Amino acid sequence: MSAEMVKQETRQRMAQTDTTKPLVEIKNLKKYFPVTEGIVIQKKVADVKAIDDISFKILKGETLGLVGESGCGKTTTGRCILQLERPTSGQIIYDGTDMDTVDRRELNKLRQRIQVIFQDPYSSLNPRMKIGQIISEPMRVHGIEPDPATRNKRVNELLSVCGLSPKMADRYPHEMSGGQRQRIGIARALSLNPEFIVCDEAVSALDVSIQAQVINLLEDLRDEFDLTYLFIAHDLSVVRHLCHRVAVMYLGKLVELAECDELFDNPLNPYTQALLGSVPIPDPEIERQREHRVIQGEVPSPMNPPSGCVFHPRCPKAVDNCKEEIPGLREIKPGHWVACTEV
Amino acid sequence: MTVLLEIDDLRTQFFTSAGTVKAVDGISYTVDEGETVAIVGESGCGKSVSALSVLRLIPEPPGRIVGGSINFSGKNLLELSDNEIRNVRGRDITMVFQEPMTSLNPVLTIERQLTETIMHHLSASLETARGRAVELLELVGISDAEHRLKQYPHHFSGGMRQRVMIAMALSCEPKLIIADEPTTALDVTIQAQILELMKSLTKRLGVALIIITHNLGVVARYADRVNVMYAGKIVESGSAADIYHRARHPYTLGLLQSVPRLDLPRTERLVPIPKQPPDLTRLDDGCAFRPRCRFATERCQTEIPPLELVEEGHHAACWERDAIVEEERMVS
Ligand SMILES: Nc1ncnc2c1ncn2[C@@H]1O[C@H](COP(=O)(O)OP(=O)(O)O)[C@@H](O)[C@H]1O
Ligand SMILES: Nc1ncnc2c1ncn2[C@@H]1O[C@H](COP(=O)(O)OP(=O)(O)O)[C@@H](O)[C@H]1O
Ligand SMILES: [Mg+2]
Ligand SMILES: [Mg+2]
Repeated sequence: MSAEMVKQETRQRMAQTDTTKPLVEIKNLKKYFPVTEGIVIQKKVADVKAIDDISFKILKGETLGLVGESGCGKTTTGRCILQLERPTSGQIIYDGTDMDTVDRRELNKLRQRIQVIFQDPYSSLNPRMKIGQIISEPMRVHGIEPDPATRNKRVNELLSVCGLSPKMADRYPHEMSGGQRQRIGIARALSLNPEFIVCDEAVSALDVSIQAQVINLLEDLRDEFDLTYLFIAHDLSVVRHLCHRVAVMYLGKLVELAECDELFDNPLNPYTQALLGSVPIPDPEIERQREHRVIQGEVPSPMNPPSGCVFHPRCPKAVDNCKEEIPGLREIKPGHWVACTEV
Repeated sequence: MTVLLEIDDLRTQFFTSAGTVKAVDGISYTVDEGETVAIVGESGCGKSVSALSVLRLIPEPPGRIVGGSINFSGKNLLELSDNEIRNVRGRDITMVFQEPMTSLNPVLTIERQLTETIMHHLSASLETARGRAVELLELVGISDAEHRLKQYPHHFSGGMRQRVMIAMALSCEPKLIIADEPTTALDVTIQAQILELMKSLTKRLGVALIIITHNLGVVARYADRVNVMYAGKIVESGSAADIYHRARHPYTLGLLQSVPRLDLPRTERLVPIPKQPPDLTRLDDGCAFRPRCRFATERCQTEIPPLELVEEGHHAACWERDAIVEEERMVS
C-alpha cells in the first residue's frame, strides 16, 4: 500500500466516524493530587495539578494518540477514564452516559466495555496464576462464560488471536519473554469483548523487533473487533504509525490536537515542534543535514506551574504576553486545535 | 588515527543453575582516540556485560571473563592487578550509566563526590578540587554551581543527575568514557540535551566515547562507527553509513525495518523480526540468528559465520551476504 493510500485510508476512517457522537467525551477534566505535610495532623500544603482543565473527544473506531513528556498527565487521564481515579472536577461521558452519575450496576456494565493494557507486562500479571487463569479471571469476576469448558475454549481462542500457542495456558508469567507477556496482557484485555482499550505505554518496554510484532497485533485486533484505542505513548514515531488523531499534552494541559498526518506534517504549537525536533532519525545522512535546535530547560514542577502559558519559560517563540495570558485551545483549521496565542 | 582500545576475542560467561550464559562470546573491536563508537542490539545481547568487562566490573561469581584480551594504551587490562585496574577506572576510563541514582551516593553531597575522585586520582588539594568541581558543573550546563555543589543527588532531576554523572566522568580528564544507555530513562527533549552535551564535550576535549544503546536514531546521529551485537557476538560493524545504507547482516536489516520512521511516509504495516532472541545458555554450532532469519540455509544450521570483511572498514558475519546483495538489487 502506498503512502498516499495509507493517508487516504485514515481520511476515510475519519470521514466515516460520526464526529457528533463520540464514544468518550472529556469535558473540563481536572485532577489535582493534594500534597500534605505533617505526620499526625496532615495539612494540605499544595496541589499537584496532574490534569488541569482538558477537554477532548475520542470517536468510535478511531485510535487517538496521547503524547507528551513524563509527568504531563497522560496516565492520570487514562486512569480517570478507567474510573481508577476520581476527577477533581469535570465530566467523563462514555457513550452518552456521564460516568459520575450512574449507579454501581450500570458502572460495572460500562467497565466491561473498557479495558486497559499497561506498559509493564510483568508487574500487571499475577506471578502465582497460570496464564490461562490470568486471561479468564475477568470473565470469572464479571460472571461471563460461567461454564469452565467454554471459558477454556475462549482462553485458547484469545491466545491464538494474540499469536500465542494454546499450550501456554498452563504456564506461568515468569516463563514468558517480555513480548509474550505483553501479548498475554492484550489477551486478558480482550477477554470481555471490550469496545474501547486504553493502551498506556503498551509497547514502550519492548525491543524494537518485538515492538513491531505487538504493534501489528494491535492493528489487526483493531480491524477485526472494531476497537477504539486511546494510545498513550512517548514514542512519537510509534504514535504516528498507529494513530488517526493525536493529542499533545504538556504539564497537565492539552497544547495541540489534530489528525495524525496534519500534526506531524504541520505542527503549530512550539512545544510540539520542539518534541518532533528532538527525535533522532535512524539515518546518518539525514541527521547530518538536519538542523538541531535543542530546547533548553526542563519541565517545571506541576505543583508550581509557570504563570500564563505553562510552556513559556522554555519556548523559543515566547513574547511578554505569554507570561500572563493562559492560551485556550483554538481550532485554527478544521480539526486542528492549538493552544498558543502566537500561532 | 591511533588505536586507544583494542578488544580481542573477549569472552565473558555467567555460571548459573540454569546453565552457562555465554553473555559475551568472542567479540573484537577497536576504538580510536577521540572517536565515538556505538554498540547496538536488543536487550540481553551482551552490551552491558561487554562494557563492564572492559573495566573488570563483572560480579564474580557468578560471572567470569574466560578469555581474550583488552589492550588499552599499551596495557592488557585483563592482566592488571586489582589495584592497577582501580587506578584505570574513574581516571583513564569512566562510565555513565542509565540510572545515575545507582552510581551516585545518596548520602553525600555532589561536591564531596566530585572532589573525592579528583583528589584521589589527580592527587589534588581540596581547594584545587573544589575549583575544578565548580568548573565541571559549569561545563555540563548546571548553573549556580557553587550552590548546587552543596546539594544531594535527590535534589536533582533525572536530566540534571545525568549532567552530574557526565561531570564526574570527565573530572579526571579520561581518555575513554563508556556510556551505557545514558538517555534511555530520559524524555526526548532532555535526551537531546544530554546527547548534544556529551557529543560536544567529548569532541572538544578529545575523549573517546563508547555509547551503548538500543535506539537506532541515537546511533545515526552520534556514532562514527557502529557494532551491532546479537546473542553475545558482533554480527556487523562499520561506519554509520555502512550500517544504515549498506547493511550486510539480516539482523541489522531487520532492526532497521522494524522501526516506524518520522521522516518517511507512513506505511501500512511494520516489518518485525519474527520470533524471539535465543536463550544464551542454549547456543549451538549454527548461526544464532538462524531461527529468525529469512535468508537462512542449511549451512547456517551447522557453521557459525565468522565476521568477514565486506569492504574497507565494514564487516559482517553472515553466510548469505550474496543473497542480501541480490535482494537489494532487485528492490532498487
Ligand atoms: N497518586 C498520585 N499522587 C500524587 N501525585 C501523582 C499521583 N499520580 C500522579 N501524580 C503526579 O501527577 C503528574 C502526572 O502524572 P502521570 O499522569 O503519571 O504522567 P505521565 O503518565 O504523563 O508520565 C506527575 O507530576 C505525577 O507525579
Ligand atoms: N549477574 C548475572 N548473572 C547471570 N546472568 C547475567 C548476569 N548479568 C548479565 N547476565 C546475562 O548476560 C546476558 C547479557 O546481559 P547484558 O549485557 O546485561 O545485556 P544488554 O545487551 O541488555 O546490556 C543476558 O542474558 C543476561 O541475562
Ligand atoms: Mg505514564
Ligand atoms: Mg544493558
